[in-house]
Amino acid sequence: MNVVAPFEGIGASVRRKEDLRFLSGRGQYTDDINRPGQTHAFILRSPHAHAEIRSIDVTAAKAMPGVLAVFTGADMAGIGGLPCGWQIHNKDGSPMAEPKHPVLAEGKVRHVGDPVAVVVAETKAQARDAGEAIVVDYNPLPAAATMDQALKAGAPQVHEGAPGNLCYDWHIGDKAALDAAFAKAHKVVSFETTNNRLVPNAMEPRAAIGEFDPQSGDYTLYTTSQNPHVIRLLMGAFVLNIPEAKLRVVAPDVGGGFGSKIYHYAEEAIVTWASARVKRPIKWTAERTESFMSDAHGRDHVSRAELALDADGKILGLKVHTLANMGAYLSTFAPCVPTYLYATLLAGVYTTPVIYAEVKAVFTNTVPVDAYRGAGRPEATYLLERLMDVAAAEIGMDRVEFRRKNFIPVDAFPYQTPVALQYDSGNYFATLDAALQAADWKGFEARRAAAKAKGKLRGIGISTYLEACGIAPSAVVGSLGARAGLYEVGTIRVHPTGSVTVLTGTHSHGQGHETTLAQLVADRLGVPLANIDIVHGDTAKVPFGMGTYGSRSLAVGGSAMFKAMDKIIAKGKRIAAHLMEASVEDVEFDRGTFRVAGTDKTKSLTDISLAAYVPHNYPIEEIEPGLEETAFYDPKNFTYPGGCHIAEVEIDPDTGKVSMVNFTAVDDVGRVINPMIVEGQVQGGVAQGIGQALLESAIYDAQGQLISGSMMDYTMPRADDLAPVSVATHTTLCTHNPLGVKGCGEVGAIGSPPAVINAVVDALKDYGVRHIEMPATPAKIWNIVNGGRKMAAE
Amino acid sequence: MYDFAYHKPSSVADAVKLLAADPDARAISGGMTLLPALKLRLNKPTAVVDLSGIAELRGVKREGGTIVVGALTKHYEVATSAEIKAAIPALAWMASTIGDTQVRNRGTMGGSVANNDPSADYPAALLALGATIQTDKRKIGADDFFQGMFATALDTGEIVTAIHIPVPEKAGYAKMKNPASRYSMAGVFVARGPAGVRVGVNGAGANGAFRATAMEAALAANWSPDAVASIKMDPAMMNGDIHGSAEYRAHLVTVMAKRAVANAG
Repeated sequence: MNVVAPFEGIGASVRRKEDLRFLSGRGQYTDDINRPGQTHAFILRSPHAHAEIRSIDVTAAKAMPGVLAVFTGADMAGIGGLPCGWQIHNKDGSPMAEPKHPVLAEGKVRHVGDPVAVVVAETKAQARDAGEAIVVDYNPLPAAATMDQALKAGAPQVHEGAPGNLCYDWHIGDKAALDAAFAKAHKVVSFETTNNRLVPNAMEPRAAIGEFDPQSGDYTLYTTSQNPHVIRLLMGAFVLNIPEAKLRVVAPDVGGGFGSKIYHYAEEAIVTWASARVKRPIKWTAERTESFMSDAHGRDHVSRAELALDADGKILGLKVHTLANMGAYLSTFAPCVPTYLYATLLAGVYTTPVIYAEVKAVFTNTVPVDAYRGAGRPEATYLLERLMDVAAAEIGMDRVEFRRKNFIPVDAFPYQTPVALQYDSGNYFATLDAALQAADWKGFEARRAAAKAKGKLRGIGISTYLEACGIAPSAVVGSLGARAGLYEVGTIRVHPTGSVTVLTGTHSHGQGHETTLAQLVADRLGVPLANIDIVHGDTAKVPFGMGTYGSRSLAVGGSAMFKAMDKIIAKGKRIAAHLMEASVEDVEFDRGTFRVAGTDKTKSLTDISLAAYVPHNYPIEEIEPGLEETAFYDPKNFTYPGGCHIAEVEIDPDTGKVSMVNFTAVDDVGRVINPMIVEGQVQGGVAQGIGQALLESAIYDAQGQLISGSMMDYTMPRADDLAPVSVATHTTLCTHNPLGVKGCGEVGAIGSPPAVINAVVDALKDYGVRHIEMPATPAKIWNIVNGGRKMAAE
Repeated sequence: MYDFAYHKPSSVADAVKLLAADPDARAISGGMTLLPALKLRLNKPTAVVDLSGIAELRGVKREGGTIVVGALTKHYEVATSAEIKAAIPALAWMASTIGDTQVRNRGTMGGSVANNDPSADYPAALLALGATIQTDKRKIGADDFFQGMFATALDTGEIVTAIHIPVPEKAGYAKMKNPASRYSMAGVFVARGPAGVRVGVNGAGANGAFRATAMEAALAANWSPDAVASIKMDPAMMNGDIHGSAEYRAHLVTVMAKRAVANAG
């Protein structure tokens, strides 16, 4: 009887290998780790948005039970500031303002939550008790709580080195060509919008354990990070001056990141540095309130766009002016988000011949803002896809036809946009048509009428989006201001009996890498999935890596693994040629079997690995023993996922509440490795996109207090806020990476917000609504409906 | 949380004694409000007197035309009680909409009533149903018991032991939940019964749960959703915040009143 093993390779919806431990509570998160002799840190944070610190008295705190040490900014004065990983240049070529970001406040606090002091004690409660005994004499200063406030003449200055609270004034595109395009426009459509500020709220709050070994002088940091090697580099080289070889960073199981765990945070440096002072391991775990006031927030743009059209509805040019909130300090990658991850995406899926965008980045007395699931691309997509609907309405053209008319043709790839990017592949017509059909776009008016009969307002909205993943190549991003390379590293270790350990520099915090990456190996090397182990998140085990963000793990990390497998196969062929007494050129390899071409002579991968580690009959003069290869892969270009999202909503006009009725996503994410995981990634992203569109908003008052500072006031999406999300894919392959993959982690959060708002505006079309800002809350919609009724009555 | 002494008496008398001996002690029932406040260090009692061991405070029973709910009765028990579902289905349904599964299996009617959170569900229902709150030393009518946001007629150390609810002919509830907290943003409980036609409102009022007397008069004359549809609440009496203005809440009260009457049938 033949037993056929289930297919576990590329394209199989294999169940996630990691889920058993996650679902049974056996994950090992940072807070689950307890080191011998461990102590606990409490971080005292600023209650003020902006204040001078006159003095800090820690005498009473130091005398409290269980307290080992109390440190303030003065104690850490010799330590470097938290570095920024991307330098933007102003229009005039000068570098952006880059004020120091102290680990602990030095003389001034600049946002509510700014770390002021740390208490190290035997227990968490003792540390907190002592924290309350620290006396800080603040001189509160007026705050620049919003970009409006910050940009006013005479506004409070967040940093002395950033006059007018301006971080940079940057632009991209050909202004003269744009002006010429606008001069011959038949119509110009203007649109202004705010992209709401979001709090990432990963399920697992941030945590860190610092440990110093006085015998060896080695430091270990356990941290909730998406990229442990980056943390090692930044913290070791720029903040604490610890050589890489003496610093190990471990990012164990991490419960969600969405970007917020990319950055190097003060608490990581604090526990690492302080552990050498108290000579005990120190753990810090954020409470949810701390997460709200210390995790980097997302989005927060105010934009004005103008679209020039000819008489046929073809786009002639696009002009965009954007203000981007940086918060009080530059978080690790903040400056690149509203520039190279945003303005370069403003062509979207359209043949817009000229684009000019200016972006001003503004310091405010708020939590730093950085990349959040999508990072710049959701902002660009939202602006563009709302603008497309507004423009279609103003020229009286069907919004689908207007989009189709301006799509980049299928035969135009590679397609060079006017804002630097060159798209390698895509078929926007195919994803559009598939989505229209899946969402029954044609049947919508009947559903609208049926809803109306029940007193409900139903609307449908569309977004045809494009994004850019796998930020690269290193040389290009370096020329644009990146202070890091953006390659990835993969090691394939084939053990003597043929099982495989993969070391990857990417990091899984919910994405399912332990499954997807193993499928790449199963598919290519023919090793059963159960015999493949994926190792990530430990600088002591993995050679190097840039981590996980920008949907890069498969496109960049997977490609590095592919290259390493190339080397394994090449070496394996040489060993096989020796064992089968054939020439290397005649040896073929396919899923675990080496064959002499045209013969039935074969060797399995296990035969080869055994020979490599037990080299008795082995060409030892020519080939080293062992079967382990590492590859660094630097991509040639970004990848460009795209697609079409369609949202259908129903509004209760009496309460203003929007109910999601249906959501359809047809995405081109390149080659799909595990369809089930892709579906889950898209659904998760759509949930966050619906959250942004309808629910979430970080609100500061004029004094810089975060009003929506807890789950009581910050509306996270719940299951019943969502709709069934139907996910399908239509694939065009990426042309420049060996897997043909593009990335799927962010498409849901990028494509969905404008689809939802377009649907809400469509539902309210009888009320003469041109636009509604995110989040479209019940109160906001009721105001429109109520105002509309008043207008109708007058 | 800060340190505190913990007591778990097994009788009301013992609980009262403990509370009387220490004015800074706090009684705890399900702990759905007090525990988060303790964890956030917003509250610093010297002692916590846990009522959960007092068997006499448990259970639901019908005594003639009255439903008697023991103070320790959990929201889940109210939602699923055969007596309540038969006599006051609107109250059972209300209980099923409180918080989430975990909260409904910890939080108690007595705790909610004694706390009188302006966004809590029960106070509006008890006002509308003309309930009587039984304490360890007296009976207090709902109208006298609820005295505005987080304020009640309870003396220091006085414990709610049971709630007596006259069975109505009709009752209905509807609410709009706060999008973030899912507490009531505007909830209206309407009832017609031994206590007359009464309308209780939670969530929306600037000073906690209250009775909408104009709506009561309109419904007494004409028990139908249309009767309350044109009655506007005064925004000056309403609460406004980042989730909605006072005007919006005033409007919601009318909408929820209509729906509550429709739900009552």
